[in-house]
Amino acid sequence: MTEMFRDKVDVALTVNGEPVEARVPAGQHLIDFLRQTVGLTGAHASCEHGVCGACTVRVNGEAVRGCLMLAAQADGAEVWTVEGLSDSAAIADLQEAFVARNAAQCGFCTPGMLVAAEELLSQGGLPSRAEIREHLSGNYCRCTGYEAIVDAVEDVARARGGEDVARARGGKGAA
Amino acid sequence: MKASVGGYARASSLDHALQLLASAEGAGRVLAGGQSLVAAMNMRLSTGDLLVDISRLSELSGVSDEGDTLRIGALKRHADVGRDALVCAHAPLLAEAVHYIAHAAIRNRGTIGGACAHADPAAEFPACVLALGATMHVAGPHGSRAIPAEDFFEDVFATAIEEGEILTAITVPKAGSGEAQVIEEVARRSGDYALAGLCLVKRDAGHRVSLFSVGPKPILATGAMAALDAGDLDGAVAALAGELDPPSDTQASAAYRRHLAGVLLRRAVARTEGGKA
Repeated sequence: MTEMFRDKVDVALTVNGEPVEARVPAGQHLIDFLRQTVGLTGAHASCEHGVCGACTVRVNGEAVRGCLMLAAQADGAEVWTVEGLSDSAAIADLQEAFVARNAAQCGFCTPGMLVAAEELLSQGGLPSRAEIREHLSGNYCRCTGYEAIVDAVEDVARARGGEDVARARGGKGAA
Repeated sequence: MKASVGGYARASSLDHALQLLASAEGAGRVLAGGQSLVAAMNMRLSTGDLLVDISRLSELSGVSDEGDTLRIGALKRHADVGRDALVCAHAPLLAEAVHYIAHAAIRNRGTIGGACAHADPAAEFPACVLALGATMHVAGPHGSRAIPAEDFFEDVFATAIEEGEILTAITVPKAGSGEAQVIEEVARRSGDYALAGLCLVKRDAGHRVSLFSVGPKPILATGAMAALDAGDLDGAVAALAGELDPPSDTQASAAYRRHLAGVLLRRAVARTEGGKA
């Protein structure tokens, strides 16, 4: 009866707005599918057990670990990687802030950082530095440390209108 | 490393999932959010599994108010548990626990049922459902059964779920007026496994205290509970030290974990009394 289980699975999804159809090995991670089959090498495969965050991509509007999701599970999903978010200019301000604040050195963690940070920023408001740190706690950077990254995310939160939110709250959010 | 998988099948209904599990003849493995299972497969702790993907079964993902209890579908994801209005109102312990679970991206996919079925001794939700006195609902080829949380967790990664069964829902008693529910844990960094953690539920019927990351499974600290019922916090801390046998590892010694348990109990009690420890 085990023929009900497949070692190859047909999937149809969209990646960065483009439809993709493929037959994927049952155990293949989404991140390997994106990197090796689709050719999008922006997000990185690193620790492969969900700890480092380098493989973070957006699936159905949420940041997820590309190494802890199977490609087979992405059938029907809407996937965005750093390439698509760059090309669409959706995170152009965040990328500029990373440059301005020197928040990337070797750049290995940066695609994952950007996707994780964008998820927080998309929730609106002005997150505190502690909230930014907490949201990025699952993304490791081994070069710059985190101050510059938190600075960059904070800058974007302010620039996107968080200042107005802080004033509306009576300045509680300002720090 | 890369996962080594024997096969994959996506279940279209609970019945279909149960058929798939039965057909796997012992090699079946239920895949939900995958945030523990895929990591384990990547580390080759588990190989050759025939994966039964239940993550699309919407019938297992809701939260409903059943009068005196709240029914939480096994596929309710951690992030959704944390922002669910019914959970926040009637089982605030679960909502608070979400903040301690791993990281945001993992909370977006991991499920409460998966966390309980996986039964990692360092996981928050198993200890929460134990403290709440929850009931675990499983479906199998011979029908459904309900298992008290106290009988559900058996050992490291081992539960009362039998071969061919799937955890479908968890029911928790709704918090009474004046009931306090708090969780405290110590971890080296945000999202790390807890060195020790503790849940405290203070009800009219008495206190319930559970601990995690201090043994092979979540532990109900009945000695500490009885002392708290008697109003004896020092006695409860002493009782706790006696009823725990925590492991020593590279993260913390047994003595340190036992010490932390007492610290966490004092913090939790202080919070239920409206203060800070």
